[in-house]
Amino acid sequence: MSKNTIYGIFDCEEVLLSSVKEIREHKIEIIEVYSPFPVHGLDKALGLKETRMAITAFIYGCIGISLASLMIYNIMIIDWAQNIGGKPNFSFYHNMPAFIPVMFECTVLFAAHLMSITYLVRNGLYPGGTSDSPDERTTDDKFLMVIDVVGDTKLVKDLLLKTGASEINEKDA
Amino acid sequence: MQKEAEIRDPLILGNKTYHDITRDISRPLEGKANKYWWILFSLSFVLFIWGVFSMAYTIGTGIGSWGLNKTVNWAWDITNFVWWIGIGHAGTLISAVLLLFRQKWRMSINRSAEAMTIFGVAQAALFPLIHMGRPWLAYWVFPIPNQFGSLWVNFNSPLLWDVFAISTYFSVSVVFWYIGLIPDFAMIRDRMSVKTAPMKKQLYSFLSFGWSGKAKHWQRFEEVSLVLAGLATPLVFSVHSIVSMDFATAVIPGWHTTIFPPYFVLGALFSGFAMVETLLIIVRKVVSLESYITIKHIEYMNVIILLTGSLVGTAYITELFMSWYSGVEFEQYAFLNRATGPYWWAYAIMMTCNVLTPQLYWFGFIRRSFVWTFILSIFVNIGMWFERFVIIVTSLHRDFLPSSWSMFSPTFIDIGIYLGTIGFFFVLFLLYARTFPVIAQAELKSILKSSGSEYKKKK
Repeated sequence: MSKNTIYGIFDCEEVLLSSVKEIREHKIEIIEVYSPFPVHGLDKALGLKETRMAITAFIYGCIGISLASLMIYNIMIIDWAQNIGGKPNFSFYHNMPAFIPVMFECTVLFAAHLMSITYLVRNGLYPGGTSDSPDERTTDDKFLMVIDVVGDTKLVKDLLLKTGASEINEKDA
Repeated sequence: MQKEAEIRDPLILGNKTYHDITRDISRPLEGKANKYWWILFSLSFVLFIWGVFSMAYTIGTGIGSWGLNKTVNWAWDITNFVWWIGIGHAGTLISAVLLLFRQKWRMSINRSAEAMTIFGVAQAALFPLIHMGRPWLAYWVFPIPNQFGSLWVNFNSPLLWDVFAISTYFSVSVVFWYIGLIPDFAMIRDRMSVKTAPMKKQLYSFLSFGWSGKAKHWQRFEEVSLVLAGLATPLVFSVHSIVSMDFATAVIPGWHTTIFPPYFVLGALFSGFAMVETLLIIVRKVVSLESYITIKHIEYMNVIILLTGSLVGTAYITELFMSWYSGVEFEQYAFLNRATGPYWWAYAIMMTCNVLTPQLYWFGFIRRSFVWTFILSIFVNIGMWFERFVIIVTSLHRDFLPSSWSMFSPTFIDIGIYLGTIGFFFVLFLLYARTFPVIAQAELKSILKSSGSEYKKKK
């Protein structure tokens, strides 16, 4: 039996959300949903796992503050210790108040940039990348649901129409 | 779905659909520029050219071409630097702090405010660069291993903190801005047809990084935006605090005050919001976005200006009180001289524009008027420039020895560099308004239903 891909197109995010819930109740797997803006509750309705982007930011921030401390320690204490303006650089701990601004900035620098790079890599986004959305209108005002069906497509199509899809397209695999 | 109270006005006027938003936001990119755009662009470009000439002249002949002297050895360059950095603060405040506070009205204005931040900080960064005299050695400010006998930068110095703060602030702002721009570039990419605009289609395809709007991508997008907002918020406060420490850690009376960090941050937000208003009142006309940037947005910003203006006023008075209360005669004289000395007029302009005129926003009809807001926002821009001028020049021009007392008068080159950066800023901003989606349309679409307009229509 051939595999068909069905694209259900919706006009409104509330209808899409209830449709997603109903289709998943019928044990039909939704491959992907494309939307022009973040739809609140869609990730939960689709059963997506929580994203770990915030955790990566925390780890990158820790790396940032460690590297900054290491750099300052090496430059100001080890390599060329000087008494500048009465702030004697013989101990990192005693001189730390003056180092906090740079340590803080490096934390933010690392966390923000590395998290953003991780975000791009995980999403497969890169300069000049091509969109794999089956319909160009999904960045404008349409919501698109992708379902793979093996065998009879009628059941899925009926269900999509019943739950409010405004348009249904089909692609033979 | 979220619902708002009935008494709340819709944030976007005119019962827009999603497609209307797409069309309205891509219109400036598809059509030709109107007359106002060309007039403003030409004016800015002339100023920009004057600035380029002045900067080239400065680099060619040296800082001697400025009006500095031995007593007033730091004047317009640092004034302009702090002014531009301050202007750069509202963008991140609007997009980050207002995101954390769930202020949905920010969505119509955050993109432009962030653009303003980036262009403002870029102008600010020009000043230390040209002040170095040899800008090709600018990389010396970074801690790079070198051949000069272990010569490192000094991590005790606020000037080095500035290097880290401003480069972090600039690059993080760019990243924050771009992460939000990707879905909007994708929207424009999908609207451009290969037949009629092949170049534009290619350009926006490149810029949109292949965004398609998958559910998982949006989930990550939202979390990344939230975390970036959380990181940018303390960053905003740190940047201007560090800028203020350039002065506060010095021993010069008038600079050596512990109130500087919060006072500078508030001043920055105050001037930043004023510049956002100046720009947005122009932009909504130039690219016809009247139904997105409404009087409601202007009013909310005016409330923030009223608050921060009053706090800045409190800081001015606190400074005066503390100088008297300190019992240090140098400190007392510095402030007496500021208010009544030869630069009394600068002090008076500062007080009038920053403390008195913003109080007019207590009146509803002024707060809810585009014309009044535009005029008063220009007043704040002027006042905040004079604030920095007053702090810097009046604290320096009466040195400890009366024999070295002097005044500062700017040269043609000083004026050219300052106006040149204003021209450069507007050139960048006007080009941005014609090539970028000036409103974060993806975010805006997500609040369309919850802004109460649909609900009110039913009644």
